[in-house]
Amino acid sequence: MSSNRTIKPSSLSLKDLPWQIDWKKDRCTLCGQCTAVCPVQAIELAVFRKRNLVTSIHRVEDNRSTFDTFYGIKQKTTIAEACIGCAMCSMVCPNDAIEPNPHPGTPKLKFHVNQGGEPRKRGGRRNSTESLLDRIKFIRISMLTDPALDAGRHEFEMRTLLGRVLPPKENMARLKTHGWIPPVREIYPLIIGGMSFGALSPTMWEGLQMGVAYLNEELNMPVRISTGEGGCPPRLLRSRFLKYVILQIASGYFGWDEIIHAIPHMKEDPCAIEIKYGQGAKPGDGGLLMWHKVNKLIAAIRGVPQGISLPSPPTHQTQYSIEESVAKMIQSMSMAWGFRVPVYPKISASSTSLAVLNNLTRNEFAAGLAIDGEDGGTGAAYAVSVDHMGHPIASCIRDNYLNLVKIGKQNEIPIFAGGGIGKNGNIAANAAALIMLGASGVQIGKYVMQAAAGCIGTENDRCNVCNLGICPKGITSQDPRLYRRLDPEAVAQRVVDLFVSFDTELKKIVAPLGRSTSLPIGMSDALGIDDRDVAERLNIKYVV
Amino acid sequence: MCRLFALTSKDPVSPMEAINALNVMKEGHDGSGVGLLLKDLGGPFEEMKEAPILSGIFTEEGIRRLDLFMMNQGFMTKYKVSIKVPKTKMFGIPRRGLYLIRAYEYPETWDGLAKEEIEERLMDTRLKIREMGEENRDMIVFSFWPDTIMIKELGDPMDVAHYLGLDRKDLKARIIMAQGRQNTNYAINLYACHPFFIKGFSTMTNGENTAFIPIKNFLLSREYPGYTGYQSDSEVFAHILHYTMETLGLGIDAYKHVITPLQENDLKQHPDVAFLTHLKRSCRQLIIDGPNCVIGTLPDNTLFMAQDRKKLRPGVVGGRPGLFAFSSEVCGLDAIIPDRDKSFDIQPMHLDTAIVSPDRQEVKICRQTEPLNLPL
Repeated sequence: MSSNRTIKPSSLSLKDLPWQIDWKKDRCTLCGQCTAVCPVQAIELAVFRKRNLVTSIHRVEDNRSTFDTFYGIKQKTTIAEACIGCAMCSMVCPNDAIEPNPHPGTPKLKFHVNQGGEPRKRGGRRNSTESLLDRIKFIRISMLTDPALDAGRHEFEMRTLLGRVLPPKENMARLKTHGWIPPVREIYPLIIGGMSFGALSPTMWEGLQMGVAYLNEELNMPVRISTGEGGCPPRLLRSRFLKYVILQIASGYFGWDEIIHAIPHMKEDPCAIEIKYGQGAKPGDGGLLMWHKVNKLIAAIRGVPQGISLPSPPTHQTQYSIEESVAKMIQSMSMAWGFRVPVYPKISASSTSLAVLNNLTRNEFAAGLAIDGEDGGTGAAYAVSVDHMGHPIASCIRDNYLNLVKIGKQNEIPIFAGGGIGKNGNIAANAAALIMLGASGVQIGKYVMQAAAGCIGTENDRCNVCNLGICPKGITSQDPRLYRRLDPEAVAQRVVDLFVSFDTELKKIVAPLGRSTSLPIGMSDALGIDDRDVAERLNIKYVV
Repeated sequence: MCRLFALTSKDPVSPMEAINALNVMKEGHDGSGVGLLLKDLGGPFEEMKEAPILSGIFTEEGIRRLDLFMMNQGFMTKYKVSIKVPKTKMFGIPRRGLYLIRAYEYPETWDGLAKEEIEERLMDTRLKIREMGEENRDMIVFSFWPDTIMIKELGDPMDVAHYLGLDRKDLKARIIMAQGRQNTNYAINLYACHPFFIKGFSTMTNGENTAFIPIKNFLLSREYPGYTGYQSDSEVFAHILHYTMETLGLGIDAYKHVITPLQENDLKQHPDVAFLTHLKRSCRQLIIDGPNCVIGTLPDNTLFMAQDRKKLRPGVVGGRPGLFAFSSEVCGLDAIIPDRDKSFDIQPMHLDTAIVSPDRQEVKICRQTEPLNLPL
């Protein structure tokens, strides 16, 4: 910034930004690739003028002042063009001449991002690297009295149930009298959670679907994926791969006209219907797809005009109470598929989750409950929602499961946990911990983006521009120039890698516990933690 | 590892037979306890098949409280066996009060009640006595059921047998279950000794129950008064058996499908795939996931042995018509029935349930992949 400019309250220096560009003049070849690739135009070609003083000890006449002029890379200090640390410049630089470095303290930018009275919106996860799930240990190892199983050679059946399971006596009675028995799906306990077509780029969405199809068709792993809000391409609705998909209906009902009209033409029933009431990353908010991403294709699928933002209301619109709304929605969706498809709600983890669960226990058509913790990711939300609203997943799952145990329905309504699983890369350990706390399975989203597509968003506020459609990896963008960077077949390959390695690690965890015929749901005596208060709160062992 | 032995005989035999079998298998055993179940009794009890027999351990004060309680209920003592212990203390066996075995007359108010109602009340009475005993620590009650006696004590089985004088004419039975306890997991507690008993169903088990917490939670949440105790993780096997056969009304061939369901590939090819799929899913929390070997008896005096999927615990069934025995080790079987045809010995595999019915003529094998005898 020129030194003779006016200093305003929101004038920032380089040091005020969360990321500083480190550019090495002696390596730069001025090829211009870094400035071309930067998603927020944080860097630009600039002309530098440097004064050189030449002094001589011999003759005063030899003293002179000269100027060098050279081109280089300059970082902008304007708020809209602040560097997000994605390091695409570093990735494309042929000589490693440029890279972003994080600010060591608190960057001043966060005091100035609300220009024009507009609070910050972003994608990503809550900006905290702490994870309670990472601290939980599996302390029960069978030795001497009962041989631990060989994780590599023993037969395992790692499956969970999605659907309303009747009490055994009732089930036998209805079987005998040919009464209606709720549909139950036997699925893999790791589900790819709802990430909508629209939030994700076409290549990303297609890659996920291909990966899931491969896992089911070739590896016989019954992996399932939720569509997220916004419908899905019509050809998937009429495809035989629909049975691997959980269709999500959210409060904006985007895309559901297309789905309803496709029901008579469906070759397969979907795996389940997920009614989205909340998301862990932004409790109390509905979905949000900002105008940047609403192109012609998305507009057509969602049934809206192009180029407008699509905010969903926080709750499904109904003139009655939430309890009746949930019951009506579950009944309507069950009826639409002739009561052949499980229907379950998905809510944000909160202090009222228990009330929702108890409501479901009295609704015979409720097939389960998905609870999304505060560490869940999102494509677009207000930063204050992402960072400061929500409920941790561990205690929420534990309270809900123990409540089911108290009323004797722990085998009847499966609970699925989401939010923060694999946040620091420990996906199998986190999933197993939640299962032993009472979850029947877990949903992941951010981890899939990171592992299968190379998402660079972190809990240190790196990147996190999913909402703007400028994703440098092409994961959450509708701009062809960006999403063509992502190869859907490579994504599919990584999805397969992810699930196969998860399966191996899950077996490594449950084998020493002696479990192989069924998941250790609620087997809390195998868990320990080094925090006495946490141990007491979660009703697990305290170990130091 | 526990030592297990069970026998079923056409003629009444002394419990010393089972004690001798345990003694032969004692290598590796730490002598931390012995549990006995006698059914289909001989001797004086043969003439009172319908009279409920209370067995347990009581102090002097406990006896008084028991007598008052039973009198208030309307029970009258019909017959009793006195077990006199020697004056001198024996090493390894704690000093306790009276070892009680009493047969009672039913209260007059119970006349005309249905069999099921009587059975429920007998169980409730036993639970009440147990509760009273846990309050004052003056009573330990093992069973209160017709034609059934249970004895449990800490110590080496042979020493306990001599100490209690079990070799006597008036203590004989056609069905005997015995466990020589190896303490591994919990503090020594008589209620943690096998066999476990509920309403005519009893089991004893080898192996640790790794799925104890979910199974216990499920059984407790059925809110059945008999599903209580759980000082040992193996007690759930008796309760699962009761739940499967009485509450769900299924046969003994379905027990294995509850505790160790068929895996997906085998299940698809089963003739009763639809029924078994529903059973597997609705009873998912009862899957034991072993490794366990379960020996049990049913109210009709059938004996059975089942292995879980892993088949890592030893178990053998053998004998001759009129006398069959189940043992955790072959040497125990050899000691009691040396003249049997050993080629007919059966070691059940992970899909098998070995069953000896009350006629004691043969060992029948139920394989999980075969069709069930379903009531549907």
